Amino acid sequence: MIPTNYYIVLSAILFGLGVLAFIFKRNIISIFMSIELMLNAVNLAFVAFSQAMHKLDGQVFVLFVIVVAAAEAAVGLAIIILTARNRQSLNVERVDLLKL
Amino acid sequence: MTAPLIIFFVLAALAVGGALSLIFQKHPIHSALSLIVVMVALAGLYLLLGAEFVAAVQIIVYGGAIMVLFVFVIMLLNAGIEEHTNFSKLAGFPGLLLAFALTGFIAATIARSTDTVQAASQPGNMASTRDLSTMIFKDFVYPFELTSFLILVAVLGAIVLAQREKA
Repeated sequence: MIPTNYYIVLSAILFGLGVLAFIFKRNIISIFMSIELMLNAVNLAFVAFSQAMHKLDGQVFVLFVIVVAAAEAAVGLAIIILTARNRQSLNVERVDLLKL
Repeated sequence: MTAPLIIFFVLAALAVGGALSLIFQKHPIHSALSLIVVMVALAGLYLLLGAEFVAAVQIIVYGGAIMVLFVFVIMLLNAGIEEHTNFSKLAGFPGLLLAFALTGFIAATIARSTDTVQAASQPGNMASTRDLSTMIFKDFVYPFELTSFLILVAVLGAIVLAQREKA
């Protein structure tokens, strides 16, 4: 069937694209979405290895990663709303002072 | 080319295309919709790997809850097309190099070390949801309880952060 290598390579490609998006995006929400993309890439590697090793630990870790990502999204988006309210901008280059 | 291999390549192309679209779209709402495409494609890959429960959770929690939160915040803040300054264009060059170096490093590591997992995978021959739940509630019960505490703290933090200061 499908070799595990294919899944791992796809996971590496998605992670690299996530890093690229993290560097190139200027909108704070887009940067946050690229973090989610990287988390998804890691999840794919977890499930692929879990299947290759015939153990379920990897899938349990994926569920924990999803829970942590949900908590992170809640706190991160609250911080984004706060930043946008204080700076009137979503561009990360405008957020360069600790105090207004 | 067997049928699962064709399905794998279609889903992989969908995921990579969605990720590229996330980078090249100028408007955050388009990036969010591209990310949803990536997540649904990954859910399909999980089904191909025989992880049905993870695929369902991926669609319900990631594609549903988290992305709805993202789209909601984008609409709430009325986010527009992102602007690039000269400095951000300049920062792109080392950024591109670094990202390629990282991907190359990961690829080299995989090429060297995955001889042990070359074994062909058999979809759907393991990973029943019953085994998964037994594992979560027996072997991983303390981490599981800790995640519920984590979510409680995250919700409290979000409420405290987002509430307006009293004048």
